[in-house]
Amino acid sequence: MTTLDSSKEINKIESDVSAHHEDFRMFGLITFLIADGMTFAGFFAAYLTYKAVNPLPDGAIYELELPIPTLNTILLLVSSATFHKSGKALLKNKNSDTQKWLIVTALLGITFLICQLFEYFNLPFGLTDNLFASTFYALTGFHGLHVTLGTLMILIISWQTRPKEGRITNQNMFPLEAVELYWHFVDGIWVILFIILYLL
Amino acid sequence: MLNKNFYLILIISAVFGISFWIGFNVNLLPAEASINAPIYDELFKILFIIGLIIFIGMTIAVIYSLFKFRKKKDQLGDGIALEGNLSLEIVWTIIPSIIVLIIGLYSYNIYDRMGGMKELNHSHEMITSNTEKIWAGISQASNNEVASNNLSVEVSAMQFAFLFNYPKGEFISGELHVPVDHKVSMKMESKDVIHAFWVPEFRIKQDIIPGQPTILNFTPTKVGKYPIICAELCGPYHGGMRASIIVEEESDYKDWFNKNTKTGVSL
Amino acid sequence: MTISIDSQDSNPKSLQPKGWLRYFSFSLDHKVIGIQYLVCGFLFYLIGGTLASAIRIELASPMSDFMPRDVYNQVLTLHGTIMIFLWIVPVVNGAFGNYLIPFYVGARDMAFPRLNAVAFWLIPPSGLMLVASYFIEGAAQAGWTAYPPLSITTPQSGQIIWIMSVLLLGGSSIFGGINFIATIIKLRRPGLKLMQLPMYCWAMLGTSLLVVLSTPVLAGTLILLSFDIVANTGFFNPVLGGNVVVYQHLFWFYSHPAVYIMVLPAFGLVSEILPVHSRKPLFGYTTMVFSIMGIVVLGLVVWAHHMFTSGTPPWMRLFFTIATAFIAVPTGIKFFNWVATLWGGKISINSAMLFSCGFIINFVFGGITGVALAQVPFDIHVHDTYFVVAHFHYIVYGGTVFIIFSSIYHWFPKVTGKLMNEKLGIVHFAITFIGFNLCFAPQHWLGLNGMPRRVAEYDPQFQFVNQISSLGALLMAISTVPFLVNIFLSIKNGKDSGDNPWNALTPEWLTSSPPPVENWEGEAPLVEEPYGYGNPIYQENQQKKR
Ligand code: HEA
Ligand code: HEA
Ligand code: CUA
Ligand SMILES: [Cu+2]
Repeated sequence: MTTLDSSKEINKIESDVSAHHEDFRMFGLITFLIADGMTFAGFFAAYLTYKAVNPLPDGAIYELELPIPTLNTILLLVSSATFHKSGKALLKNKNSDTQKWLIVTALLGITFLICQLFEYFNLPFGLTDNLFASTFYALTGFHGLHVTLGTLMILIISWQTRPKEGRITNQNMFPLEAVELYWHFVDGIWVILFIILYLL
Repeated sequence: MLNKNFYLILIISAVFGISFWIGFNVNLLPAEASINAPIYDELFKILFIIGLIIFIGMTIAVIYSLFKFRKKKDQLGDGIALEGNLSLEIVWTIIPSIIVLIIGLYSYNIYDRMGGMKELNHSHEMITSNTEKIWAGISQASNNEVASNNLSVEVSAMQFAFLFNYPKGEFISGELHVPVDHKVSMKMESKDVIHAFWVPEFRIKQDIIPGQPTILNFTPTKVGKYPIICAELCGPYHGGMRASIIVEEESDYKDWFNKNTKTGVSL
Repeated sequence: MTISIDSQDSNPKSLQPKGWLRYFSFSLDHKVIGIQYLVCGFLFYLIGGTLASAIRIELASPMSDFMPRDVYNQVLTLHGTIMIFLWIVPVVNGAFGNYLIPFYVGARDMAFPRLNAVAFWLIPPSGLMLVASYFIEGAAQAGWTAYPPLSITTPQSGQIIWIMSVLLLGGSSIFGGINFIATIIKLRRPGLKLMQLPMYCWAMLGTSLLVVLSTPVLAGTLILLSFDIVANTGFFNPVLGGNVVVYQHLFWFYSHPAVYIMVLPAFGLVSEILPVHSRKPLFGYTTMVFSIMGIVVLGLVVWAHHMFTSGTPPWMRLFFTIATAFIAVPTGIKFFNWVATLWGGKISINSAMLFSCGFIINFVFGGITGVALAQVPFDIHVHDTYFVVAHFHYIVYGGTVFIIFSSIYHWFPKVTGKLMNEKLGIVHFAITFIGFNLCFAPQHWLGLNGMPRRVAEYDPQFQFVNQISSLGALLMAISTVPFLVNIFLSIKNGKDSGDNPWNALTPEWLTSSPPPVENWEGEAPLVEEPYGYGNPIYQENQQKKR
């Protein structure tokens, strides 16, 4: 290969790189989610240690009702599926469908948050009652914060996918894909949280 | 070639010789006043010698290279294009691994002799029935005949003082009095923040943690007065949080105890 | 969250301010950001060093007479926090990483320039906030480790500000880490293989992995701690049933890796400097890479060696002893390889080289005391004493700070196009080296003989040795003068260095000094042998590539 060839080759690849930002933007996002996951891992580790070595004082209430969290688990799992649908629709260039599915996803997220708040208000313990209560609120609260953020981002991208002048098209899917990945991540965390906090 | 090897061997023996000499002749540690202390000092000596050999060896290698291989005034060009040497690299992976492994096993042995691997138990009648979880500490081996006759003390630490409770005599003292050559077993708990109980002459230290009692056992071997130092930052007066441990002959200890006891029990 | 992660900037860089002003702007140029990190870090180093001088003045006499006891605790807390989070971490990672990594991977900038600028601009406000907390109602005073319950019961405003600023700095560090990983893995110039990267890239890859995996845990922990302080929860508050040892585990799960975050980049930098000035290839490239990764993996599983006297069960003590001591093996490989790099070279003895060799000597000393500390029975006696203080200053100052100075001497011509004054540099080295050893070597003895750390007053028997130590600290303070003078003189009227004064082969030297905005006038050169010294054919090729 002559130098001229190779330089052409490089220019081509370089322009490729700038055309397909998604590649390393997605990579960056995944790295970020790993970091975020470590925060949860720290919380889970703390919770499990407390459970193992710090028995609660007698008479402390920590029985949790299962119906609402189970409903919440279903809500989030379904919302992951609807988000996936919206991505599929965008690939087929059906922006109005995309938008529809995104709004459904956001509504599911909002329902999740409402259920969560409902559960908070009906729990027999408060934030500072005991170690279990504090950790419970810290974990679910931190997760709830993630859901809130995710819901906001879904609303923003659903606005940006509006059929006519929307910024997100099947040429520019990165924002949608990024939020989708984030949303699946938040779901995954919830499943772990559900198992550790409610089932164990 | 022979010449080169000769110098190498000479230098290596000199490094070993100097390190051993320093290791055996320079004492960096305070007096030994518990059965832990000589064990500790044995470990220290070994670590000190190994450390010196590695440190002096590396320093000589660096300084020698700087002198030997420095670029002369009018010299141009590069050094040899040597990118590595697998067998050499394997050698200096394996040798440190072996050293580290030996040090690890040896210090395990030392720790065991100090009683670190023993079940933690506090041999005191008042707390025998409890289900309380003991967190950590050193439970010293009592290989000493006399030491079977344990003395139990309850230590409570607070900002910024130690209090020593002698349950047998139901009195509290600000100084720790113990008879020489008797095993002392202490249960320690803090009233506020984390403190630590440290007697340098005994080579022992254990954090005193609020909400989680810890155990510390030791056997003093030398009569005298030694400082008890708080070794965990506990507030502004952390530096002033000190007490004394007074190791005395058994008869002196008995006198002291009998003078202070509130239960009428005398030793 | 995804929003802030942006792509290659679309702003033309030409619109950004020129000259001095650009260093005060939200610049997206990785070279500008690198310098911003360095200068900002150095200013905080002067603040941290001033605090250290205050500590040493206080300790020159056994009584607590220079400042009140609680102020002493604030000073040492600020000193530790500033030195770690505002000097070492931002400089060895942020400053050199941002300046060098894009050159090394053959890119025109970092993967996420905007995120990069955000990461930098988080630092000055949080640093200033931290320093300001001292003047408001008193700074945090629970040490840089902020162990509860002390950190819960000391005056709250200072502690809360401390938490907030460490959280922001942690965030900055995570953003930086993400950026470095993405740049090294994804932004490499076509044709450049991973195993051809200069060693600093590997070091930064390892470091960034540690940052991404461990810093978030610190963030979570500090959030819980702040709940304990402001919301009266009981995670770490024994009065409310909490467990103080859990905090220590979580804290050290970050802060042990943090020590490798402070030293791995320095390992990378010294691997760049030694081959250039000894005119020899880096010895054992592949083993160096593996030992970095070995240190990363081991570094994540040794945290409890800081807690041998806390509530850790015996089996745990044993496991952590062995794991910790084994870090000496990959680290040792690196040191032996560096000495082998010097061996048989044609060494120019200049300031950069002297500081690097000083680093090797000091670090080996600090590492050996580290291996001793890793032995449980040994650590039980010296934990929380001046022996530990001596250990880590040998590593952070004698190691990392020496390398920062070495790197400044080495890359100054790159950044400014001027040479630094070698005579002043050697004076700087001599005073620093002597002062440093005078200051910290005696502290080993202090620790062994009964002086605990973090005390404003001590047993009068230790006065003499403490005064020697304070004298050493004075020398260290003085040694900053020739350095600063050198910097200012060289910037103003240093000799022209030309583009490549050291005749180095790593890619950053294959462009003009100082480099143009997008690093290369033409395309980035493909450097397959960054350490091809001694190989005439290769060097000729390299010169042609320019
Ligand atoms: C950059 C920072 C840095 C680095 C790299 C290290 C490196 C090491 N550290 Fe250090 N350490 C700190 C910063 C650092 N440390 C700090 C800040 C603290 C105090 C925190 C606080 O409480 O405030 C601390 C505290 C600390 C403790 C706790 C002490 C205590 O509080 O009781 C321990 C215990 O194990 C320890 C061990 C080690 C070991 C084994 C290494 C190893 O990585 C060293 C390995 C290197 C070598 C061994 C030298 C080179 C090797 C050879 C030449 C090969 C041959 C050698 C042998 C066979 C031994 N360190
Ligand atoms: C990480 C890097 C780092 C660095 C570089 C240093 C540098 C120094 N440190 Fe620090 N130190 C720590 C990290 C570091 N330290 C940590 C983490 C702790 C533990 C804190 C804790 O316990 O919580 C600690 C604790 C600590 C103690 C123990 C305090 C105690 O436990 O009571 C001491 C005591 O001697 C000390 C001394 C010094 C000295 C003399 C320097 C010197 O090397 C500093 C030299 C620099 C200068 C002297 C600056 C010179 C400039 C001027 C003076 C110019 C004047 C100013 C202007 C122009 C504005 N340090
Ligand atoms: Cu009690 Cu320090
Ligand atoms: Cu550590």
